[in-house]
Amino acid sequence: MNKCKVFVPYGGLGMGISEESFQRAIAMKPDIISTDAGSTDSGPYYLGAGKCKYAREAIKNDTKRMIVAAHKLHIPITIGSCGTCGVDDGVDFMEDVCREICREEGITVKVAKIYSELSRETVNEKLGSGKIKPLEPVMELDQEKVNKCSHIVGVLGAEPFIEALKNGADIVLAGRTTDTAVLACMPLLKGCSPAAAWHGAKVCECSGTCTTSPQSGGIVLTVDESGFEVESPARDSICTPFTISAHLLYENADPFYLVEPGVIVDVSEADYIQLPEGRVRVENTRIRQTSYTMKLEGAGPAGYQTITLVGIRNRIVLKDPMSWLDKLSAHADQKLGSLGYDPDSYSYSLRPYGYQAVYGGDVPEGYIPNELGVLLTVTADDQETATKIAKVFNPILLHFEVAKNTPKPSFAFPFSPAEVEKGRIYEFQLNHVIELDDPFELIRMEYVTIDGKEE
Amino acid sequence: MEIFSEVAHYIRSKNAGPFWITIDVFCGDEERYKVLSKSPSLNPEVIARAYKVNPDSVRVFFLPSIHTIKISYPRARPQGSKYERDMHAGQQYVELGNLPV
Repeated sequence: MNKCKVFVPYGGLGMGISEESFQRAIAMKPDIISTDAGSTDSGPYYLGAGKCKYAREAIKNDTKRMIVAAHKLHIPITIGSCGTCGVDDGVDFMEDVCREICREEGITVKVAKIYSELSRETVNEKLGSGKIKPLEPVMELDQEKVNKCSHIVGVLGAEPFIEALKNGADIVLAGRTTDTAVLACMPLLKGCSPAAAWHGAKVCECSGTCTTSPQSGGIVLTVDESGFEVESPARDSICTPFTISAHLLYENADPFYLVEPGVIVDVSEADYIQLPEGRVRVENTRIRQTSYTMKLEGAGPAGYQTITLVGIRNRIVLKDPMSWLDKLSAHADQKLGSLGYDPDSYSYSLRPYGYQAVYGGDVPEGYIPNELGVLLTVTADDQETATKIAKVFNPILLHFEVAKNTPKPSFAFPFSPAEVEKGRIYEFQLNHVIELDDPFELIRMEYVTIDGKEE
Repeated sequence: MEIFSEVAHYIRSKNAGPFWITIDVFCGDEERYKVLSKSPSLNPEVIARAYKVNPDSVRVFFLPSIHTIKISYPRARPQGSKYERDMHAGQQYVELGNLPV
């Protein structure tokens, strides 16, 4: 019977797990070590700017363990969504990290690099030929919106990974990839059940999150021809039918259907069976083929921000912060107008943390906080303007009167200068897919050999 | 009258991609699942009012085998827009927890 064991050490490359859990998983003799290295989870900045979220040292440390262990076992490694956002630079960044490790360790490897960043021209061309379709919630898309994106990536499925593994790659480094494809590729290549491969990959994509002790880290997924099994390598952690099925809910809008490139996985009738030693077996996942689509992610610049934080303990303000903020805003608007600032050239928000800044609605009647942090956020087309506007606010936030006929108050700034330049901000622009006849049409693959003996 | 957060074992919320928010109500056992899953507050109209979204966009899923109710709805604005209040949507469950059973 075809069988494939996948070790998923990290929920994200750079998050780490204990050495003990890592070595216990390696002792289970996996066929591959696979991990995801990115996400849109932390917002549009990383894709918009093409930047990586985790520290290089943390990424290198996690990658080094994978490379050293995989080399000893003669098994490959797959890493998806390199550099957090999965742009081409992210793949090259990971190649650089691997090169450094291989030279330090004297390990020679064949690396497959899969690029899926798309130019605005390519996307506009597909838009023009009607091949781009919106996902729910539907956002209108036109060329102007595409052109606002500083980076666009196509989300890879399992096909290019399978191709790379077939071609003997020791390390596969890929641009933006579905969390599941990076894990499902080897079981699919080895002829395991596709339904089980995709479902198992979804369960294990956040590593130890599908166990009783998510912090322990690490998960081992074994897929065969009729189902899959999940086992935690951590000593203090087990899998139960509840932890396994509950993970399908996490960060997933629909708990029954998983849409992957070219397939829809139906887990609604799946059976979760507890096995000895904290293992869980899952069977009866269903799958059906669909036309092939590649999901798009795009983000682009949306101005610059400057922020200021001020603390308040004055009881008069604390009893009714919203009225005070309204009066303060009206006063600031008037001052900005009198200084000649065009109201269309900037916007701002003033939010009382400790009151209703997160919620935005009414607070329970009679609620009086002990102190408040008022956060001013100014947005403008350039940094200089955003900071100038924040500077106009500065004396107002420091001294704005708490009531008529009261002496001038002073509030509590934690910083000097009070203004913090946040730099450029970005927004997500795309929630769409491209219909493709060939999964390889828009991607590029390259193979390089890193010689560990080379200086 | 009791509210969801007083009856359920645990309620959490999270972004599901940049355009959706999803809330998981782990009831804890069959008894509480039976009570909560029948609550009129799970009507999409009620949830839509609490979250100021279109009722047609609210999706409610029932998972009796793990005594869990799941609610998903699209974000009013994509994640990380200019004046975002909750990047990972991790605090958005509170409104649901405040609804009467």
